Amino acid sequence: MLELRNVYKTFNPGTVNEKRALNGIDLTLNEGDFVTVIGSNGAGKSTVLNAIAGVWPIDAGSIVIDGQDVTNLPEHKRARFLGRVFQDPMTGTAATMQIQENLALAKRRGAARTLRPGITKKEMEQYREQLKTLDLGLEDRMTAKVGLLSGGQRQALTLLMATLQKPKLLLLDEHTAALDPKTAEKVLNTTDTIIRENHLTAFMVTHNMKDAIAHGNRLIMMNEGKIIFDVAGEEKKRLTMKDLLDKFAELSGSSIQSDKALLA
Amino acid sequence: MGGFLNALPGAVSQGLIWGIMAIGVYITFKILDLADLTVDGSFCTGGATFVVLFASGVSVPVALLAAFGVGLLSGLATGLLHTFCGIPAILAGILTQLGLWSVNLAIMGMKANVAINVINPENLDKLWVSLRFVQDVASGKRPFFRHPIFIVGLFTLGVIAILYWFFGTELGSSLRATGANSHMARAQGINTSVTTVLGLMISNGLVALSGSLLAQYQSFADSSMGKGAIVIGLAAVIIGEALFSRIFRNFALKLLAVSLGAVIYYVVIQAVISLSNINANYLKLISAVIVAIFLSVPYWKGKYFTKAKKGVRADA
Repeated sequence: MLELRNVYKTFNPGTVNEKRALNGIDLTLNEGDFVTVIGSNGAGKSTVLNAIAGVWPIDAGSIVIDGQDVTNLPEHKRARFLGRVFQDPMTGTAATMQIQENLALAKRRGAARTLRPGITKKEMEQYREQLKTLDLGLEDRMTAKVGLLSGGQRQALTLLMATLQKPKLLLLDEHTAALDPKTAEKVLNTTDTIIRENHLTAFMVTHNMKDAIAHGNRLIMMNEGKIIFDVAGEEKKRLTMKDLLDKFAELSGSSIQSDKALLA
Repeated sequence: MGGFLNALPGAVSQGLIWGIMAIGVYITFKILDLADLTVDGSFCTGGATFVVLFASGVSVPVALLAAFGVGLLSGLATGLLHTFCGIPAILAGILTQLGLWSVNLAIMGMKANVAINVINPENLDKLWVSLRFVQDVASGKRPFFRHPIFIVGLFTLGVIAILYWFFGTELGSSLRATGANSHMARAQGINTSVTTVLGLMISNGLVALSGSLLAQYQSFADSSMGKGAIVIGLAAVIIGEALFSRIFRNFALKLLAVSLGAVIYYVVIQAVISLSNINANYLKLISAVIVAIFLSVPYWKGKYFTKAKKGVRADA
């Protein structure tokens, strides 16, 4: 489904701020994989995700999604393969547009934008039914501006938008990090449901080790732009927090106590 | 006072003409969230194109369409400088505007202004709008529907209707999404470079159309006729919003508010000219000060006049 081969990316090359963000990433995701990605700040978790999404070109390597080499495709052309939810709830939706307009924009992901109506009556009915599944009462507020919604509501809406057109790969970039714990849990549960019901392949970056263990069928640990640990199946199910902390200390050579970010 | 009342129909006509330009400014400033300074140049490009074509015997509708066309091209130039060349939008607009100064003079045969011969009644009859028709309708020489307010009013409604339809289409929605959140737009597969260029083109097309109507109305085009157009456009957008935002929520009505904002601006300016003996050369300064104040108000409101309410919880 997704293949990263020897992907490198350096930010601000040749300056004092030079940062080698991706240092030879090799990764293959199988269809139906739900991978959680952990690592300390600056490990390259979000960078991998942005590389897949095509936010900027990579320096070396190749990216193949569903058999098609997308390495040189611009962001908007890769969008037809990808559903994306961002860390900042503001990023995934257009605040000044209506809930139903946002959904209609997402429904047309990957299609040419023509002079046909931006939204039809039939679609509205469809969206009403799909909003009901979120259980947030949004089905009664379809013409409300998205800017009026809370962060949790916006993330749930963005999740729905990401899956209106079934994506080859769902990219979740710490999408619950900006929410309070209760809302975060609710959004994570919605995430699980949506991934399960649509049989999606998903890639979820998180700061939260507990979430990384509790969700998905595979876990990846990153450090300094490299994948240092990759575990799946039964072994992943048996993982505990202590295992992960020990593993991190062993593989990265640094003590976990000095890295509070990983514990958060 | 009498002088002001006599000047009123003319001021309203001119306000409506500038209103079409202001609707163009609304598209970039409000929908695309860009400050496009091409306007000061493309306004005159439209006017010059119209006058030169009309003087050489081209019919009014064709000349108006041509003016709209050169406006689209001006927007294309700014759009490509901004998206393809990566120049910040404001600077891209200034560059196009500067270049258009020469282009405008070239269109007018390297003269600072060109006129339509309206002494020739045959010529005058062909025009769709003219300053002279205001008097003619008042004196009964021409039927009411030749009044510039009527004709430009129809034009405005036509423009609003087309834009209302367009911004409801898939393409129009993707343009709105680009202005609202370009990250989101790209994540939904929208080529934001294309939509940005398209928005700048439509905007400047309308600006040039407005310039061609003004040139027709005053029967000449002048190389400095677009000077400060962007400020007038912003003033119209802001006045329209300040006065009508509470009652006009529909998109078409918001565009109408912009047009009315331009009319109000022009009537106020006319009142200032007629009722005081101020030198008309100070008008640009007055406009700049008024627009600066209007732009500052929302900022001041947020910064200095919002106080936390005591004893009331924010989430209550």
